[in-house]
Amino acid sequence: MERSKRFDLLAKRDINKETYVEPWPEAGLIVADSPYDPQPSLTIEDGTVVEMDGVVRRDFDALDIFIASQALDLETAEAAMALPSEDYARMLADINAPREDIARLIAGCSPAKLTDIIRHMNVLEMMMGLAKMRIRRRPANQAHVTNWREHPALLAADAAEAALRGFAEVETTVRVARFAPFNALAILVGTQTGRGGVLTQCSVEEALGLRLAMKGLTSYAETLSVYGTEKTFVDGDDTPWSKAFLASAYASRGVKIRFTSGTGSEALMGRAEGKSMLYLEARCLLVVKGAGSQGVQNGSISCIALPEALPGGVRAVLAENLLASMLGLEVAAGNDALASHSSIRKTAKLMLQFIPGADFIFSGYSAIPKRDNLFGGGNFDAEDFDDYNVLQRDMQIDGGVRPITEAEALSIRRKGARAIQAVYRELGLPDITDDEIDAAAVAHGSDDMPARDIVPDLEAADAFMAGDDDFTTVIRALNKSGFSDVADNILEMGRQRVAADYLQPSAIFDADFKVQSAINDANDYTGPGSGYRPSGERWREMQAIPQAKSPEGFVDPHVAEPLSRLAEIGPAAVGSGREVILALGPAFGSALGKTIGGLEHEDVLEAILTGVASEGMIARIIRVYHSSDCAAIGYVGARLSGSGIGIGLQSRGTAVIHQKDLAPLNNLELFPQSPSLTLATYEDIGRNAARYAMGIATVPVAVEIDNGARLRLIVKTALLHRRETDEVCPERPPQELRFDWEPEF
Amino acid sequence: MTETKGEYPLRDSETDALLTHSGRPLSDISADAIAAGDITGDDLRTHADTLRRQAAIAREAGYPQLAANFSRAAELTDVPNDELLKIYEMLRPERASYDELTRLADYLEATYGAKENAAFIKDAAATYRERNLLRR
Repeated sequence: MERSKRFDLLAKRDINKETYVEPWPEAGLIVADSPYDPQPSLTIEDGTVVEMDGVVRRDFDALDIFIASQALDLETAEAAMALPSEDYARMLADINAPREDIARLIAGCSPAKLTDIIRHMNVLEMMMGLAKMRIRRRPANQAHVTNWREHPALLAADAAEAALRGFAEVETTVRVARFAPFNALAILVGTQTGRGGVLTQCSVEEALGLRLAMKGLTSYAETLSVYGTEKTFVDGDDTPWSKAFLASAYASRGVKIRFTSGTGSEALMGRAEGKSMLYLEARCLLVVKGAGSQGVQNGSISCIALPEALPGGVRAVLAENLLASMLGLEVAAGNDALASHSSIRKTAKLMLQFIPGADFIFSGYSAIPKRDNLFGGGNFDAEDFDDYNVLQRDMQIDGGVRPITEAEALSIRRKGARAIQAVYRELGLPDITDDEIDAAAVAHGSDDMPARDIVPDLEAADAFMAGDDDFTTVIRALNKSGFSDVADNILEMGRQRVAADYLQPSAIFDADFKVQSAINDANDYTGPGSGYRPSGERWREMQAIPQAKSPEGFVDPHVAEPLSRLAEIGPAAVGSGREVILALGPAFGSALGKTIGGLEHEDVLEAILTGVASEGMIARIIRVYHSSDCAAIGYVGARLSGSGIGIGLQSRGTAVIHQKDLAPLNNLELFPQSPSLTLATYEDIGRNAARYAMGIATVPVAVEIDNGARLRLIVKTALLHRRETDEVCPERPPQELRFDWEPEF
Repeated sequence: MTETKGEYPLRDSETDALLTHSGRPLSDISADAIAAGDITGDDLRTHADTLRRQAAIAREAGYPQLAANFSRAAELTDVPNDELLKIYEMLRPERASYDELTRLADYLEATYGAKENAAFIKDAAATYRERNLLRR
């Protein structure tokens, strides 16, 4: 077969590294609206659910039983189920329908009813819904901090940097499970160095996770996974009751929890029972709510590539975030695991959570290189920090992070690494050397770190886990080693654990270590002008990316003393005979001294004059004062020129060859891409102008096309033009100039 | 119903009144006390009464299931770490018989006054029996 060069190129694009599959409902490979999804229904007799979504009580599985007894508000259920799904959909998208009214009714909806509501909504309407139903007013963000070496100094340094960047939660995990206490410890010390009040967790097996929390090494846990069918739940070695008990156990120790669910897990485990991913997720979310979790991590999470392989997958992921918000759950909205090879696709997907805002826009922004991510690769990584900050600045949307300078990063990384070194020394753990500190301070990832001797580290970790040391030991060690500010932050985390305020829905600590949750910072979005929108100090902080320069900085390098070789000798008269006029902009060689491409104005003049002279022609130079516009400058030159040919030249270097009989905005040749113009080009421009003046057939000057030039230089272009325009004198006629130069022949 | 939202956060409104799990006032908790070895992590835990107040706050704000969780958690504050882990293990699928679960429920109620947990575990036992999730 013939091969299209374009299709050949398209085949190599990142988007075509993905897998796409057609839906197969029987296998659960369908994101929503499976033909096997039940129709919504609910029958209550004597205060008990006797039928739900077409299943009678005796056929209930464990999830149905749990949902019916723990999750549903039976008082509102009758009215809730009677209201048409389309009415819910319209209320969700309607700024005039208050969040509380919708939430009250949603509490009585069965899983199939929840799914049925989504059927009526497109992504824009769902984004409106999420903006309103999100339970905390101000969005936040969570970071993932891991490294494949499981190096404590690097973990602490990266955690400190993540905290400084504004992440409200930092999650780590392990490659080797025995490292769990040390990884949790490094993240704790690192974050509290960067900013007091960042919540931390270490994702490990449930019982181990609880033990870490009991030691005070972590302050939250989100590994409580739930699934949408009974068989998958049991395959996960839990039941809704065991998970709910675990939630209470964590709360009894003052530890925040959030469950994890997400579309696709049941299909991945081969037990979707022909149901759509979204319907199964609705069941998960009702289990989460019934278990008394304040929130959920959903948005497909580690299964994200599966819904993204199917049509409507990204829409369904937004739908599950919205369903969780509707149920009054804090949402950590995914965007964590690697979802796509394509930057376009992954950014487009992010917008569905970024624009409306989620309690946590990422349930793990990878604040480390992709190679160091032990969660399966980040969808956004440390390499994307600047991109993400610019997205915030572009849209004036609070994505939960802030720009920092290199100096700030180096300083906090070193301090975080030093703090964990001090703790290791005080506790008699295998030493972290000063060389390791130096490496961690400047490192991007594990590859920049020296190897550690793993065996003694693991033995020490086992002993630490088995012993009585806990976060009070850590506080003592930090105080003894001069890190009292870090110790105070960890101590305050301990006090907060006693107060338990941060167990409430969607709780985080703000920059002042004050709890902010759906209780005291409830979302109050009711349309334009309401709700959270970044302003004041926060908006200034988001704008202040280190890359942003002051406008003066763009023009200053181009400002110069007026050229002494260029003298004004009187008003310019209309010429006669064989000549070309070179008409300069008002600032050329006076207020400004260089083109945008950095060419000295006097060199440019010499090049053009050389070109004119090479054809045996004479050039007269004038300065135009009444306009800074290139066409106008060139046109005046042409009108005064004895041959009718003029060259217009702006200070930034833009040039035109004009002819007096043409319309002012027409031209013979235009050179708009001034950054690409070289002295050789200017000489060619002079030569061509001379040839036009002599009436000789002429090939237009070839110019390199650089479509990136405008992108790179538009600010400078605008500011240089503005500087030239400052020199405009509307009443002043063109002046003839004398340039002290002789052709070299 | 009392107005509880105004109390939140308790860390600010009740600094002097809040007690740790071991019954000490929160204001006793200082770096010096920790340096002196006077306070351990086991002291620095939340008190059952605090969790009950958080439950009231959650209930009033419209989060009844979360409130129920806090109420169960309040009952668990006195249950030792190891026991908590064992109970969790027993509640996992196919770990315990029906009688073992009901005995566990009775034990928790008798030993810690954990009425709500007891009812919750009995609820689980009944479902496990119905759904074949008991130990085989």
